[in-house]
Amino acid sequence: MEQKIRVLVAKPGLDGHDRGAKVLARAFMDAGMEVIYTGIRRTPEQIAEVAVQEDVDVVALSCLSGAHNTLFPRVVDLLRQKGANDMLVMGGGVIPEEDVPFLKEHGISEVFGPGTPLATIVEYIKTHVTREA
Amino acid sequence: MDDRESLERLKAAKLRWQQHVDKVPEGKTGKAYSDCATSSGIDVSLLYTPEDVEEMDYMHDLGFPGEYPYTRGYQATMYRGRLWTMRQYAGFATVEESNRRYKYLLNQGQTGLSIAFDLPTQLGMDADHPLSEGEVGKVGVSVSSLADLEVLFDGIPLDQVSTSMTINAPAAVLLAMYIALARRRGISADKLNGTIQNDILKEYSARGTYIYPPAPSMRIINDIFAYCSREMPNWNTISISGYHMREAGCTAVQEVAFTLADGIAYVDAAIKAGLDIDSFASRLSFFFNAHNNLLEEVAKFRAARRMWARIMKDRFHAQNPKSMMLRFHTQTAGCTLTSQQPDNNVVRVTLQALAAVLGGTQSLHTNSRDEALSLPTEDSVRIALRTQQIIGYESGVTDTVDPLGGSYFVESMTNRIEEEAWKYIARIDDLGGAVKAIERGFIQQEIQNSSYQYQMEIESGKKVIVGVNKFQAHDKPAMNLTRIDPTLYEKRHEELAAMKARRDMAKVEAALARVRAAAGGDENLMPAIIEAVDVYATLGEVCDVLRSVFGEYRPDASF
Amino acid sequence: MDVTQGVLAGDTRAIARAITWVENGDSRGAELIRCVYGSTGRAYIVGLTGSPGAGKSTLVARLAGLLAAKGHKVGILAVDPSSPFSGGAILGDRVRMFDVALARNVYIRSMGTRGATGGLNRTTRLAVRILDAAGFDWILVETVGAGQSEVDVHDVAYTTVVVMAPGMGDDIQAMKAGIMEIGDLFVINKADREGADRAATQIESILQLSMATGWHPPVLKVSAEQNTGVDRVIEAIEQHRSYLVQSGQLDVLKVRMAKLDVLEILKARLVDMTKTQLDRPAVQAELNKVVNRQSDPYTLADSIFEQSWRKT
Ligand code: B12
Ligand SMILES: Nc1nc2c(ncn2[C@@H]2O[C@H](COP(=O)(O)OP(=O)(O)OP(=O)(O)O)[C@@H](O)[C@H]2O)c(=O)[nH]1
Ligand SMILES: [Mg+2]
Repeated sequence: MEQKIRVLVAKPGLDGHDRGAKVLARAFMDAGMEVIYTGIRRTPEQIAEVAVQEDVDVVALSCLSGAHNTLFPRVVDLLRQKGANDMLVMGGGVIPEEDVPFLKEHGISEVFGPGTPLATIVEYIKTHVTREA
Repeated sequence: MDDRESLERLKAAKLRWQQHVDKVPEGKTGKAYSDCATSSGIDVSLLYTPEDVEEMDYMHDLGFPGEYPYTRGYQATMYRGRLWTMRQYAGFATVEESNRRYKYLLNQGQTGLSIAFDLPTQLGMDADHPLSEGEVGKVGVSVSSLADLEVLFDGIPLDQVSTSMTINAPAAVLLAMYIALARRRGISADKLNGTIQNDILKEYSARGTYIYPPAPSMRIINDIFAYCSREMPNWNTISISGYHMREAGCTAVQEVAFTLADGIAYVDAAIKAGLDIDSFASRLSFFFNAHNNLLEEVAKFRAARRMWARIMKDRFHAQNPKSMMLRFHTQTAGCTLTSQQPDNNVVRVTLQALAAVLGGTQSLHTNSRDEALSLPTEDSVRIALRTQQIIGYESGVTDTVDPLGGSYFVESMTNRIEEEAWKYIARIDDLGGAVKAIERGFIQQEIQNSSYQYQMEIESGKKVIVGVNKFQAHDKPAMNLTRIDPTLYEKRHEELAAMKARRDMAKVEAALARVRAAAGGDENLMPAIIEAVDVYATLGEVCDVLRSVFGEYRPDASF
Repeated sequence: MDVTQGVLAGDTRAIARAITWVENGDSRGAELIRCVYGSTGRAYIVGLTGSPGAGKSTLVARLAGLLAAKGHKVGILAVDPSSPFSGGAILGDRVRMFDVALARNVYIRSMGTRGATGGLNRTTRLAVRILDAAGFDWILVETVGAGQSEVDVHDVAYTTVVVMAPGMGDDIQAMKAGIMEIGDLFVINKADREGADRAATQIESILQLSMATGWHPPVLKVSAEQNTGVDRVIEAIEQHRSYLVQSGQLDVLKVRMAKLDVLEILKARLVDMTKTQLDRPAVQAELNKVVNRQSDPYTLADSIFEQSWRKT
C-alpha cells in the first residue's frame, strides 16, 4: 500500500484567523495528503501531543496575530522533548521577514507569507518530507 | 420607466445589436462576451438597457432618500448634510501609545474613534493570564481594567467624540467600563455616542473571538439592548457585521444574506425576551465590507438597505421608520491587499472606499497599504485617511445623493443581489434561523467553500491579483513596519499586580458575587457589571465569573 | 527508538509509528505484529457507527473521558473518508475530541479510509492489535458516518454501538437494511433536541420485529454534548460484555476475529501480488487480448492467479 503524507495544520495561540489554515488544509487534501486540522486557539502543548499521537510528517503552524516568536519555537521544543525530531515543522501567516532567521534557528524549516501560491507550499512539502517509508 | 411601445422598439433594436456583437471576435482580455460573472456568481452582461429593469417600480423599489425602502440612502440630504464619519480602526500595545495614536488621528481630521483591542482583551482574559503570553498588545490595545481605560481616553472628551469598540463576547464589560469612566468625569450615560460591535453570531461563523455558548451570549446581548434602550439613547448597541464573513471568504450575496439573517436572529431574540421592536431597533447598526468589484459592491449596499427595510416592516411590523433604516459602517477589504508591491494597495483602497461612498455608507475605515505586513504605521494610516478626505472633499461624488441610482446595470445588479440573498435567507429560515444554521455549521461551510473557490481562481490565474499572480516585480522596497514591544506581557503583569494591590478586595468580591447572582438569575447583567468594574474588578475576573455560570463554546471546525 | 519495545511499554510515539507502518503496508509493521501479537487479546473493543453528524466523535470523547477517569487506558481509532479523487483526506473526528486528547491514558489516532468502502480502513483491525498490545484496556473504533453498507466495524468490535440523532427519521427507515442488524446497543444522541423520544420508540419497534435471541439491544437516549446519559452507555456496554462472556459468545467472536486477522493479511498480500502481476509487460499483451475480446477476464485472472501462487 502506498505511503501517504500526513499533515497537522495547527493554529497556536489566541489567533482566530483561520481562512488561510482552512485553505491550506483543503489544498493538502486535494494534493493527496491526510490532514488533521486542530481548529483555532490551541496551545503548543496540545499541538505537540496531537502531532505525536497522529505520527504526522509535517506540522504546519499558521499564525497571523504576531505571536509566532513565542509560540512556534515552543511547539518545536515540545516535539523534541517528546523525541519527535523527524517532523517537518513549517510556519506561515503574517510574519515579518526579520523574524524568519530567528524562527529558522528555532527549528522552523521554512516560513511562507501572504500571497504564496498553494502549489509552492505543496511542492515544498513533497520535496522536504524525508522520512523513509 | 419607458412606456410599452418604446420598450418593444428597444427590444427589437437590442436584438439587432446583439446579432452584431455576436459576430465580433473574442475580446482581448480573455473574457468571453457571454461568460462573465461577479464574485457572487451573478452573470454580468455586456450591456444593460431599460429592458433589464423592466419590472422595477420606482416608488416601490427605490423611493426617495430618507424614505422607505431607503434604497437610495437613509438620509434625505446624505453627504451634502454631513460627510460620513471617518473612523480608522486603531489600537496597539499599551493604553499610553494608543492614546497618543487617537489624539494624532483626531488632529489629522478624523471624526470618530475606533478601538482595536488585543486578543486577550477580546477573549475576556487579563494581560497577566498565562495564555496572554506573546499576545499582549500585539494586535490591539491591552485593557484589563477601568484603570487602563482611564489612561486610554485621557484628554479625550467622551461627550464630544463617538467611540466605536470592536468588542464582542466581553462587550458588556467594556461598555460598563466606558460608562463608569464617563460617570467619573461627570458625564451621564445618555450623553455618550458610539458603538459596541457586540455581534456574537459572526464570531462563531467567521471571526473566532467567542467565549460563551450561543444561548447565554444572546442573553447578554438582550441585556445590553434593554439597558441601553433606557439609559443610552445615542448608543449603537450592536454592529451586525458582514465584514468578517466576507473577509473569511464569502461572496457579496452571502455577505448580505448572512448579515441580515444574523440581524433577524437578534431581533427575534430581543422580541422573545419581551422587548418592543421599536424600542431597540433604531439602535441596531451594521458593518459591511467594501471589496474589489466596484459596481457589485455599490449594488450590494443598496440591496442591503432595501432588504432590511422590508424585513423590519413586513416581517417584524416595526412602526417607527427609524427602525427600518439600515445604517452602516464600512471597511475596505483587507483580504484584497497584498504584501507584494504594497503601494498598489493605496489604489485598491481608493476604489473600495469609493464603492462605500457611492453605496451611501455612514462611516468608513480605509485600510493601510501595509495591511498584509503588520499593523499600520502612522504614515500609512495618514495616507489611508487622506484617501477618504480626497474622496469626500475633492472628487465631487458627494454632491448628489446615490449618483448611480437609475443606472440600468446598478439597478439590475441591486435586484439580482437582493433575489439571491433572499434565497439564502429562506434556506436559513428553513434551518431554524441563523443561530441554528451556525450550530449546524451551514454558514461556516458556505463561507469556506467560497473562500476555497476564490483561492483556486487566484491559483489558476483566472482571477488576476496585480503584483501577485500577474505583473510581479522582484525588487522589494524597504518599508518601515510597526513592531510591538515583545516584553509587554511582563510589563503588564507588573502593572496589573500594582493595580490589584491598590483596590479594595472586599468590594471587588462583593461586586463579583452580584455579577454571579445576576448571571444565574434573569436580572439585567449591566448594573452588576458596572458596579464591579467601578471597583476595579478586572475584565478577566468578570468574564471568569460568567464562564463559570455560562460555560464555554466548543467550536465545530467542520469542513 | 525500538518501536516494538516501545509499543509493549505503551510509548505514544512508538504506538503512533507502528500504526503508520501497518497503515502503509510497511514490512516493519508486519514484523512488529508478529512480535506483539502474543500480548494482544486483553483489550475490550467497542465499535461506534451511525449516520454522519450523529455525534459519534463527541460521544467517543465522552466515553473516553469517563473511562479514563475510572483509571482505564483508552485507545481511539477514528476513521474518516478519504477523497476518492485525490486519495487525500481531512480527518475531522479529532476536533470533537480535543478535550480528552491530552488526558493521561487516552490515545487518539485518525485514519483515512484509503479506498476501503466498509466504513473502516483496511488496516484498522491491525491498528487495534497494536493498541491492544500497548496495554489499552478499552479500544473505541469510530467508523465514517455510515449509511447502511458500512458495517465492517462489526468485524472489529465485540460490542457495536449504533449512534443516531433525532430528526433523521427517514434515515432510520433506510437504515433498517444493514445497520439495524449489527447494533448491540442503540444510542439516540442529541436527546437535548426535540424528537428523541419518537426516534427511540421507532427504533424499539423495529427491534421488536427482529428474531434476535439472548441479547436484546437496549436503546438509550443520550446528549453527548451536554454529557448526560453517557454513563448509562458504559453500563450497557459492560452488560453486553458480561453477556458475551457468560454465553460463551466472546470466545466465538475471538475465533472469528483471529480468522479475520488472517484473512485481512491474506487479502492484502493477494492484492499486492496480483497487482504486481498485472503490471508486468507480459500481462499487458494478454490484457490487450481481453480488450480486443480475443480473451476474457476470467481466463486472464486464472493465469495470473496461478503465476502468483507458483512464485511464492
Ligand atoms: C482576513 C483577515 C481577517 C478576518 C479573518 C477571517 C478568518 N476567519 O480567517 C477578520 C476580519 C475576522 C480579521 C480579524 C482580525 N484581524 Co485580521 N486580517 C485579515 C487579512 C486581511 C487577510 C488574512 C487572510 O485570510 N488572507 C487570505 C489567506 C488565504 O492568506 P493567509 O492566511 O495569509 O495564508 C497564506 C500565507 O500566509 C500562507 N500561510 C499562512 N499560514 C501558513 C502556515 C503554513 C505552515 C504555511 C506553509 C503557509 C501559511 O499560505 C497561505 C496561502 O498563500 C490580514 C491582512 C492580510 N492581507 O494578510 C489581516 C491581519 C492578519 N489581521 C490583523 C488583525 C490585527 C486582526 C484583529 C486582531 C483586529 C482586532 N484587533 O480585532 C482581528 C482579530 C481576529 C482574531 N480572532 O484573531 C493584522 C495582524 C497584525 C499583525 N500580525 O501584526 C493583519 C495583518 C492586518 C493588519 N495589518 O492590521 N482579520
Ligand atoms: N445538540 C446536540 N448536538 C450534538 C450532540 N452531540 C454532538 N452534537 C453536535 O453534532 C455535530 C456532529 O458531531 P460529531 O461528534 O462530529 O458527529 P459524528 O457522528 O462524529 O460526525 P461524522 O464523524 O462527521 O460522521 C457537532 O456539531 C456536535 O457539536 C448532542 O448531544 N446534542
Ligand atoms: Mg466523527
